[in-house]
Amino acid sequence: MAAELHVELVAADRSVWSGEATLVVARTTSGDIGVMPGHQPLLGVLESGPVTIRTSEGGTVIAAVHGGFISFADDKLSLLAEIAELADEIDVERAERALELAKSDADAAAQRRADVRLRAVAVR
Amino acid sequence: MGAQLRVYKRRIQAVTATKKITKAMEMIAASRIVKAQRKVAASKPYATELTRAVTAVATGSNAKHPLTTEVEAPTRAAVLLVTSDRGLAGGYSSNAIKAAERLRERLASEGKEVDTYIVGRKGVAYYGFRERKVEDSWTGFTDNPAYSDAKSVAAPLIEAIQKETAEGGVDELHIVFTEFVSMMTQNAVDDRMLPLSLDEVAEESTRKGEILPLFDFEPSAEDVLDALLPRYVESRIYNALLQAAASEHAARRRAMKSATDNAGDLIKSLSRLANAARQAEITQEISEIVGGASALADATAGSDK
Repeated sequence: MAAELHVELVAADRSVWSGEATLVVARTTSGDIGVMPGHQPLLGVLESGPVTIRTSEGGTVIAAVHGGFISFADDKLSLLAEIAELADEIDVERAERALELAKSDADAAAQRRADVRLRAVAVR
Repeated sequence: MGAQLRVYKRRIQAVTATKKITKAMEMIAASRIVKAQRKVAASKPYATELTRAVTAVATGSNAKHPLTTEVEAPTRAAVLLVTSDRGLAGGYSSNAIKAAERLRERLASEGKEVDTYIVGRKGVAYYGFRERKVEDSWTGFTDNPAYSDAKSVAAPLIEAIQKETAEGGVDELHIVFTEFVSMMTQNAVDDRMLPLSLDEVAEESTRKGEILPLFDFEPSAEDVLDALLPRYVESRIYNALLQAAASEHAARRRAMKSATDNAGDLIKSLSRLANAARQAEITQEISEIVGGASALADATAGSDK
């Protein structure tokens, strides 16, 4: 177990998570993509969805990412998102309430946001 | 108490009350600068990574995009002016407005029409009073801007630049805001956001000695650039708003500090005057008493005879 990649998960107003990882799975506009150390340099557009980071200690970090970019070069991976939250930070009840509210208001964007949050928690 | 003395006492009281208020405002502003600075620092990683990504696409592909190509003869430019919502910040807003005026003149001399977009009530009031046309304006968040505010500001600007010039779109996008250099120095600066001069960006990265790898674009270089550039503009505007907020608090702190100092000086000189007036009053009373007593003594001495 030698190869590792350095991950920076940053939101517009803060740095959400950073550390070493062995595998990162994220959803781009053309499908899920898994990045391991030594991957070809990559720059892609992310869809809203959960991002899975397998840390080098064997743990798993899940984050809900609402749009953004993934860029990878020299074993450094950055995930840029306007809004990003770790699954542990997400308040399930609040997200469920938000989903209900969004459904009743027919607010597609809010519904998608709440849905992504809940999906991230479900994978956790 | 004499009339003169009463007037001084009342003025001292009024100035003391004002001093307390300005002192409180100074301290509030001072605590907010730190918070605002922290927000500027927190937004750095996103901005740096985004700039890196933009550089990567710009140098790593031949993608042409309306937001990066310079128009042959630009005829219209948009200027986003960032001012404050509230006053009592010294020359903060007027400096930004003056910088915008200079930029406007420069653009006009280059034969470009200028569309103005304004953030902050002070700028809106300035343009409103002079009955100048403002394309769009936003108020209510200048002392603590959130990313969603930057997004709402960026949206019409991005839309304007993507439109054809003939249909009311713009060719260039400038921003005027107050750069936060340090607690003591803030400069009103103007900056061209778009079209992005890619040569400049590329030059900067090569100067740092960083060789950019050949990226694999997902789904394609054009699509990535399409998605990336609006985010880049938003992030630039967000950064400008945050710096402007920090500058506003710093300017307000300085203005309030000098107001407090001036109030202190005024209280001192008024107390001196009040003391002199009191002393003069006492002297007068004594001389009246003495005069009265001697007059009385003279009178009784006369009647004794």
